[in-house]
Amino acid sequence: MNLLEVQHLKKYYATHKAVDDISFDIPRGSIFGLLGPNGAGRTTLLRMITGIFYPDEGNILFNGRPFNPQEDIHSIGYMPEERGLYKKMRVGEQALYLAQLKGLSEKEALEKVKHWFNKFDMNTWWNKKVEELSKGMQQKVQFISTILHNPSLLILDEPFSGLDPLNANLIKQEIFDLSKAGTTIIFSTHRMEQVEEICDRILLVNKGKKLLEGQVQEVKQTFKQHLFRIGVGVVPNFAQMATHHFTIIKQHDHAYTVKLNEDSSTNDILLHFIRQDIPVTHFEEILPTLNEIFITQVQKTEEYA
Amino acid sequence: MHKIWLIIKREFRTRVRKKSFLILTLLIPLFFAGTIIIPILIAVKGEDSKRIAVIDESKLFIGKLPDAKGIYFKPLELVKIDTFKQKYQEYGYAGVLYIPDIDINRPSGIEYYSKGRASIMLESNLNRQINDVIEKKRMEVAGIDRQKLDEVKSDIKIDFRSGDEETKGSSAVAYAVGYSSGFIIYIILMVFGMSVMRGVMEEKVSRIAEVMISSVKPFQLMMGKIVGIAGVGLLQFLIWGVLLTAIQMLLPLFLSADTVHTINQGGAMAQNANNAAMADAMEKINFIVGSINWSLLISCFIFYFLGGYLFYSALFAAVGSLVNEDPNDVQSLTFPITLPIIIGIMVMISAVQNPNSALAVWGSIIPFTSPMVMMARLPYGVPGTVAYWELALSMIFLVAGFLLTTWLAGKIYRTGILMYGKKITLKEAAKWIVRKG
Repeated sequence: MNLLEVQHLKKYYATHKAVDDISFDIPRGSIFGLLGPNGAGRTTLLRMITGIFYPDEGNILFNGRPFNPQEDIHSIGYMPEERGLYKKMRVGEQALYLAQLKGLSEKEALEKVKHWFNKFDMNTWWNKKVEELSKGMQQKVQFISTILHNPSLLILDEPFSGLDPLNANLIKQEIFDLSKAGTTIIFSTHRMEQVEEICDRILLVNKGKKLLEGQVQEVKQTFKQHLFRIGVGVVPNFAQMATHHFTIIKQHDHAYTVKLNEDSSTNDILLHFIRQDIPVTHFEEILPTLNEIFITQVQKTEEYA
Repeated sequence: MHKIWLIIKREFRTRVRKKSFLILTLLIPLFFAGTIIIPILIAVKGEDSKRIAVIDESKLFIGKLPDAKGIYFKPLELVKIDTFKQKYQEYGYAGVLYIPDIDINRPSGIEYYSKGRASIMLESNLNRQINDVIEKKRMEVAGIDRQKLDEVKSDIKIDFRSGDEETKGSSAVAYAVGYSSGFIIYIILMVFGMSVMRGVMEEKVSRIAEVMISSVKPFQLMMGKIVGIAGVGLLQFLIWGVLLTAIQMLLPLFLSADTVHTINQGGAMAQNANNAAMADAMEKINFIVGSINWSLLISCFIFYFLGGYLFYSALFAAVGSLVNEDPNDVQSLTFPITLPIIIGIMVMISAVQNPNSALAVWGSIIPFTSPMVMMARLPYGVPGTVAYWELALSMIFLVAGFLLTTWLAGKIYRTGILMYGKKITLKEAAKWIVRKG
């Protein structure tokens, strides 16, 4: 069951196509990575999903029904990339205010805010002004105000920017916990290492167009280069390495990176080494990192453009 | 509706809770009260019992300078002015009036010596008394009978009536009331308009705007701010009203009862001709002030304050949404909005002098200037100077005007508030108005 279905979404500006016919589904409870370089159209896409912009064309289904910003906005928590708080306002009041704007009653809001302040050990901040907090502390307040109203869809745009590793870890753990509790999460970023660690599915966009979409593992399989790393006990001589099954890409001491040739299988590689009586210490497939896929895919579209 | 109420509450509370609000709200009426009370205090207090030495070499004034309220003349003989003016203080005199041996046809050289500057009241008092004596002397010489002269003197005052109902009124009062209410509207438009703009800029620069927009509509956010700040303004007026009434009632505690009597009635000094005129003027003012339709004027003031504020504040909000970090943008972007306000105050100044000119009439109907110009014309009388149709048209245009500016500003605002980093020109912003969606 999909929480969100996006169908042929378009948003054109006078000078460029910010979002150009993008479709994707987000299964309920998954962590969905929305990837793309700066200016790819991610923010515009997110603003349509959060009801800030109306699409020029296309449909958004939320919970199986056409997206109704007026109501559905209360089920969405959005932490934009450009985010901030009222600097002169007290932390507690600010959180209460934002919670009430998400449709919570004053009483509910107070309960929720207290719960999260306790959990993040922030009770002493209640009467401080936002401007008195460090950047990291402000980010924590920001994160809490995004999730106060128990959104079923949580949208985080570059959530870790400005956070030190300790706080980043805290937020990351909270993302996993929320996901386990059934919250669907859209994680928008251009930092690939985090995506690989956090996301189940990804969507890569550039110049307003969808480049690829799928499960993280699937995507890696699709874009694999048939590269293998093989470790050897004894370094073989040149003649011993001559074969039509693979090509040597790189050699480093006791290890080779090889590319499997067409019509050969992984076992052909191993058989070759065994026949040559070269002791094999390890053998593994090298899958491309999302970062590599990202770069090659984005560069491809840049070339066509 | 609930959300916009939350926003109004926040905007109102954060401003009212600031220390600067309290200080400003209390200081402004104190400042005004001070500018009124202190000169009166100085003028009146300067007069408490002064002994003035009179050295009269002409012998014309002996026994002819009556002691007035708080001023006692002591004629001295056998003293020389050159020596006495060095030491009059030792003898307990506040000053020395020196009259040389003068020719009554060409009197000159009369001098008054004192340590500090003589107060205005004393100055006019001395001048009047000296002139009085000289006039009498001249009449005697010319053989004019004082009594006859008094009989033929005329003291007629024309009643100025205006309008169909022939309301008595003075254009001086209408001028003063019109000018000050027009000017107050001008200040309100500028101060509160800028306040709205700064509020919007704060939201944009601190990057809370997008967080807010993901919960509320941009229009709600903008209107919440505008209404919240209007509330602050109304509260401020209310406090000032209460404070001014309180100060008026407490005034007797600061001044002696006698002085208050003097100020209120102008009667205590009525034995002097000058003061009699003053008392007369006071009476006249009281009468004329009573002739102005205050309830109409005050309700129109509130209408034009709110209408003008709503008309301009939405535009100020739109401009605030266009500004990025660069504070230089503010000036160039606010110029198109402050310009009509400044034109408005200029038309107002002309209208208050000539409330029936074409400039004044049209200025009071066109919503860009009407809040200021209409307030300048209204004290001259409705329907005498301002026809009912003019007032009605002006009000309808202002309401239609602020609906239009709010709608336009809303379109600019919702795009501008989410544009970061890039300098936005007014031309681009104008395109957002016509853009669909």
